Amino acid sequence: MGPESAEPPGAAVLPPDDAKLVERLRAGDERAFSEVVDSWSPMMLRVARTFVSTEASAEEMVQEAWLAVLRGLDSFEGRSSLRTWVFRILSNQAKTRGVREARTIPWSSLAGGDEAGHTVDPDRFRGVSDRWPGHWTDEGSPQRWEPSPETAAISGEIRGLVAAALALLPERQRTVVSLRDVHGLTSDEVCDSLGITAANQRVLLHRARARLRVTLEDYYRDDKNEVSA
Amino acid sequence: MSDFDIACRDLVEIVTDYLEGLLDEGTAARVATHLEQCPGCAEYIEQMRTTIRLVGRVPVETISPEVKLGLMNAFRDFHD
Repeated sequence: MGPESAEPPGAAVLPPDDAKLVERLRAGDERAFSEVVDSWSPMMLRVARTFVSTEASAEEMVQEAWLAVLRGLDSFEGRSSLRTWVFRILSNQAKTRGVREARTIPWSSLAGGDEAGHTVDPDRFRGVSDRWPGHWTDEGSPQRWEPSPETAAISGEIRGLVAAALALLPERQRTVVSLRDVHGLTSDEVCDSLGITAANQRVLLHRARARLRVTLEDYYRDDKNEVSA
Repeated sequence: MSDFDIACRDLVEIVTDYLEGLLDEGTAARVATHLEQCPGCAEYIEQMRTTIRLVGRVPVETISPEVKLGLMNAFRDFHD
């Protein structure tokens, strides 16, 4: 009895018509509640996992957050979006519970073994004494991905590859890129939910995307090697 | 290429800011110009866009049916 897989994609699909949604929820519209729970729980789970160490705890946190939403709905004043408000409830609950199970690295710390900010191998660029310092070398220049990763024949394999690569990212990078690019949260919402600065968020997002791109690039490079072997 | 041109090595580190629309106008313009002239960087940024798109299609986990059911029951109880 843990979190289960749902169909892709994961981005929220509700229209931003918050006032109408709040009205429906207050009126007891079950379908509205069902839709918002389905839509936002995946990203809430993603955020909850940054606070707790087990799947069961994360799911429990999301459940409690929704119950708190129901209790507090009448006093929601609409000063932020409904989604932002729901995420704040989730974050506040985590703080109230005092949970930071096995989370010893504070979010504000970005030290993590990353090299001096280079997300692409420096060997792929020309040196300072070259005629065009800092430009791609012939061997280092990115090659087009053929066939496209969205081609039917390989799209399933690619999706599995990306999912696996996502799971291997350092936790903070994984969380940020998931919330932004899987679940479609805005940068402000991510910073708000996780309690990080815009600058932190940018760096984590940048590094995560760069790593994922490399995974895909390696897939295509390996494929080329096989073909020519 | 002029002295004002961004080196590819530097461009790849600001590509996220570029796609987010966070660069100042001047820098963004220099990036755009560079992309027009540099197939390597044009390909790099295209690969970044593709990567973002593919990440968006990863299957997501959600709460279990049991938890969902519990929440629906709670919702009904609130409105009885």
